[in-house]
Amino acid sequence: MEVESPEHTREFAEVDINNGDNGVESSDEEEEVPAPGSITLAGNDTDLFVSAMSPSSIEHPLQEVLTDDGDYFINIVVSDPQKIGDGMGSYLAYKVTTKTNIPKFKRSEFSTLRRFSDFLGIHDLLVGKYMRQGRIIPPAPSKNIIGSTKVKISPQQSEPGTPMNQEWVEIRRAALERFVHRTAQHPILRVDLDFMNFLESDQELPRAVNTSALSGAGVIRLFNKVGETVNKITYKMDENDPWFDDKITEVESLDAHLQKLHNAMKSLVTSRRELSALTGLVAKSAAMLSTCEEHTGLSRALSNLADLEEKIELLRSEQGNSDFFILAEFIKDYLGLFGAIKCIFHERVKAFQNWQYAQMQLSKRRENRGRFELANRADKLDQAQQEVDEWQGKVQRCQQQFDDISAEIKREMERFELTRVKDFKANIIKYIEDQMAHQQQIVSYWEAFAPYAREIV
Amino acid sequence: MSKVKSSISKSKVSKSIQQRSVFLVYFGALIKNNFFGRKMMDGTDDSNLLNSSSANNGATMEIASPTNPLAVPPTSGGSVVTGATNGSGSATSPDSSSSAPATPAALGENALHVEISDALSEKEKVKFTVHTRTTLPGFAKKDNNVVRQHEEFVWLHDRIEENEDYAGYIIPPCPPRPDFDASREKLQRLGEGEGNMTKEEFKKMKSELEAEYLATFKKTVAMHEVFLRRLASHPVFRVDQHLKVFLEYDQDLCAKPRKKMAIFGGFVKSLGKTTDEILLSATVRDVNDFFENELQFLTEYHGHLREAAARTEKMTQRHKDVGDSHQKISNALTQLSTTEKGNMETFVAKTAEIFERIKNLETRVASDQDLKLGDTLRYYQRDSDAAKALLIRRLRCLAAYETANRNLEKARSKNKDVHAPLEVQEAEAAQAEACEKFESMSACGKEELIGFRNRRVAAFKKSLVELSELEIKHAKTQYEYLRQSLLALKEIA
Repeated sequence: MEVESPEHTREFAEVDINNGDNGVESSDEEEEVPAPGSITLAGNDTDLFVSAMSPSSIEHPLQEVLTDDGDYFINIVVSDPQKIGDGMGSYLAYKVTTKTNIPKFKRSEFSTLRRFSDFLGIHDLLVGKYMRQGRIIPPAPSKNIIGSTKVKISPQQSEPGTPMNQEWVEIRRAALERFVHRTAQHPILRVDLDFMNFLESDQELPRAVNTSALSGAGVIRLFNKVGETVNKITYKMDENDPWFDDKITEVESLDAHLQKLHNAMKSLVTSRRELSALTGLVAKSAAMLSTCEEHTGLSRALSNLADLEEKIELLRSEQGNSDFFILAEFIKDYLGLFGAIKCIFHERVKAFQNWQYAQMQLSKRRENRGRFELANRADKLDQAQQEVDEWQGKVQRCQQQFDDISAEIKREMERFELTRVKDFKANIIKYIEDQMAHQQQIVSYWEAFAPYAREIV
Repeated sequence: MSKVKSSISKSKVSKSIQQRSVFLVYFGALIKNNFFGRKMMDGTDDSNLLNSSSANNGATMEIASPTNPLAVPPTSGGSVVTGATNGSGSATSPDSSSSAPATPAALGENALHVEISDALSEKEKVKFTVHTRTTLPGFAKKDNNVVRQHEEFVWLHDRIEENEDYAGYIIPPCPPRPDFDASREKLQRLGEGEGNMTKEEFKKMKSELEAEYLATFKKTVAMHEVFLRRLASHPVFRVDQHLKVFLEYDQDLCAKPRKKMAIFGGFVKSLGKTTDEILLSATVRDVNDFFENELQFLTEYHGHLREAAARTEKMTQRHKDVGDSHQKISNALTQLSTTEKGNMETFVAKTAEIFERIKNLETRVASDQDLKLGDTLRYYQRDSDAAKALLIRRLRCLAAYETANRNLEKARSKNKDVHAPLEVQEAEAAQAEACEKFESMSACGKEELIGFRNRRVAAFKKSLVELSELEIKHAKTQYEYLRQSLLALKEIA
């Protein structure tokens, strides 16, 4: 329980914040294994991999806890979509404003202009760097060629386009903001040099080559994906860690349920929007009736009814927006995240395959060596020994990699679960608060209308 | 000629009923057959659908409500106007009519009280039990029950409409045929989806379907009752022979078989009627501004009402879809909660519960909008059509009057040398008759139109007031529910 260095104390305290319940456990653990890296792992029940922790992952715990540390924050706002250029070469750029107190950033508040493909670019970079390690990279919003083409074709420059386009731009803006926000919530990703550069640099970023959906690279990527999917289906690894079996089943089932939920929410959004439009039509009809009605009192009431229905129309569309942005898009993001999770599970399978392959090669080399030993071929024996050593190293590295990714996935999943639960609760609560406000508005609208109905003589 | 017309339109209606009523077989089994009690209709306060349906139609029923002896001075001619003002007065006390049936002893002199005390959903038709209590001299029994079907209501309507003597009155619009389309559609979906639904979902859908069917059913019954009540409270129609037959005769009133050709004939007829109207309004110049304005107004008004009614119906329909989507979300959340653990499971389950409750509240809002706004619009769409029909009849009468005038002129000029010619005398008599008919029709029609206007304003006032009250109530309920749920959720989280 006694801790030697002050640095240790700090880490330990922070672990306590993270997993309050596991505090006792981790202290027990520490008496046995004094390695600094084990402290965070203790809470995760990953004793199996403790010994396998690579030195590089030891520095993670310190940053890992930053997430829930109230002292550090980072807020990123994506705003002011603007069209730059003209015609098919034009693109939308967004202002990305960051406020933070993380010391790694040069300033505490800064903003820069980024275009959509920059977001995709930073996503790809992060995927390239961290997915192998088993980190969940928040997915970037998908390309929408029809929508973007519409924006490109629309004549006004940086003027608000047609409502339809505006809506599309707003959907994308919100999606980008959520993507950046999610990435910034991750303790490692947010201090990644490329990501920081993305947020901080005033310079234009080098054009990411692979982001265009129609480019050759895009097609190749697509093929790779298809290949991997086939591989995912065909390759069955014999799992030696039940945690992963359970987790995969859980993720699959959550994913399926969320899919259903998302569909239900989409149908809610559609119905609500249609309801809004139809309410508008009723308002128009009420207005027509009112002009036609010869009885003054009734005519006035009808005209007020028309006003009321117009307000309700607006309100319904606001309700539709909260249905869409708070519920549907939120769930959609999580479907994407589950996709990312499946990807890292797959990465783990790949690491396992590599390890197995290396082991197979090693045993082959050993056989070779044995054969040479039996044949007493001293000249070949040296080389065989070298090969064995080489593959032994490889096996060790591969096993290390596999153990690392397994441990990392476990930590990532724990983090993900915490965020997911928190996010879900926060969104539902926000949605209900929104609905409450809407109901209150409905009350006030109808209360304003009621006197006109009563006044009909 | 008019006889042909009426039988045609009748068979048209009955034909469509035959097509639609097949699925009712299912409901015979689904729903307890004889469930519609008068007491039940008035007494269920928490069952919003039924309650408001009876209350809403009360708006039209209460006008000159026969249970209130003061409302209908049975012998005086212009009672419609007084009845209507009475109706607007009773709009503030919507329960005045529902308490009436409980006191059968309160029948005044020359009273005619009609209600549909019971209704039976049978294989291919709905059977209404029409209960009459009367002190009118012509009736054999003071208290009588007959069983009638929708077609017989149509028959009664057509008999009254074709009666020349009633040309100056607004004929109460015929109740719409029983329409269970929505229920049928849902039933089909239920049948198709039975395989891929959980038992609870199926049960929920089924009970929903039953509730919806019940609501439609009660609405149908209420509409038919409104029709009879309006007849019974009208100073002229209440003593109509056909009404008496309808209320007393214990056999089927229209046993004639209907032919397919009749439908086509009815279409041609209605087409002819429309062109007739256009021709009349184009050729006959009205001498009276009041009527000319009224016709113009009613034509326009009717169009707007129709549009408004159709749009309101679509709106409430979509609103119900919003409710259904909430249900879907709730189902998905319930399933999700089974995969979640610990406190998240409770949270998700609670959220599912909230969505289901919101579904109920939203559906209620939708059905109240339908009952208060939609039904009023629909009823006055039909009533304004009936009023328009009166004006057309008057125009036709005016045309006849003008023809009589011209004939008289012709006869005079032809026989100007003859002393006291027979032809002129005849033409004079015809002209005088046409003139008198037209004058009396105009006088009567004017009162009817004023009555229509008062009735309409009162009904709209009543339903708009009630609608706003209900909307406020529902929104407040939902707000309060959400507030409490929010507290509960925060506690879980």
